[in-house]
Amino acid sequence: MSPRFPIGARVSVTRAFPPGHVRTPFFVRGKTGIVTDIVGDFPNPEELAYGRDGLPARTLFRVTFLQCDLWPDYEGSAEDTTVVDIYEHWLQDAETLSQTAETGAREHV
Amino acid sequence: MSDMQDNGHHHDHDHAHGHRHPFQPDLEDGDYSYYQVMTEAVIELLVGKKVITAEELRSTIEVIDSKSPVFGARLIARAWVDPAFKARMLEDVISAAGELGIDAGAIPIRAVENTTAVHNVIVCTLCSCYPRSLIGLPPDWYKARAYRSRVVREPRAVLKEFGTQIPVDVEVRVHDSTADLRYMVLPARPSGTGDLDEEALADLVTRDCMIGTALPKSA
Repeated sequence: MSPRFPIGARVSVTRAFPPGHVRTPFFVRGKTGIVTDIVGDFPNPEELAYGRDGLPARTLFRVTFLQCDLWPDYEGSAEDTTVVDIYEHWLQDAETLSQTAETGAREHV
Repeated sequence: MSDMQDNGHHHDHDHAHGHRHPFQPDLEDGDYSYYQVMTEAVIELLVGKKVITAEELRSTIEVIDSKSPVFGARLIARAWVDPAFKARMLEDVISAAGELGIDAGAIPIRAVENTTAVHNVIVCTLCSCYPRSLIGLPPDWYKARAYRSRVVREPRAVLKEFGTQIPVDVEVRVHDSTADLRYMVLPARPSGTGDLDEEALADLVTRDCMIGTALPKSA
């Protein structure tokens, strides 16, 4: 099966705070970055941690965030980045999301 | 620090000091933590129920303890002298390590290359993921909350505390490994090392420069 996002896709990390052995750091939740690598499929570590089989396997992406998008008062170069390994079930297409947001805004007018 | 300085002066214990020198606390003097109790209980159960033997536990710990930055340094020195090897290493670190007779384990490892445009540094903000098979056990600071939280928040300030200043026109790229990958930095070969052979080059590669908090030693 082809990965849900191609390299270069703009993706947003789900802003959710479930309990458990969650592998998505807090500081990127709700943030938008670019898929810069597709690592492969792995049994879901968030399930493996509880003795389950972690299947179906999930695709692991490397997502690159601009530091100034993560931290509004970032002191450093505007080019500085953080790259985080994130599983597909935490990611949404950022373009679709922003379109939905615009449609929602229009409906409210 | 005052008791450290006391080591320097001559102690005459016949005279009345009026105070007792504090001892360095033994391991057992701290609280016995929840995780220490759990670890010992799990070991006792696994051995008691014959899931593993004490011998297997000991030999596994010995394997873990045998890993050291020397392995990673050998890979990097080879990559510096052999561009084809470097390309294979950037593609697949474990198989490149195998070429040198180094067992890098089963967890995928990525080498991230420092260039004139990018300086890489690694962290695991969630726990302590680390390329142990090639660098050995992580230092305490790598597992500490201070490093894990600050290196993604203010990497340049953290690097500066390690004595590493990255020019502002070089991108600082932090790699946060969260679960299934490990990272090691492939530093740039220091200038002025054209005459050095592979073994001498490996001596320039420190643990910290493979984490990205430092640069290799100069020749």
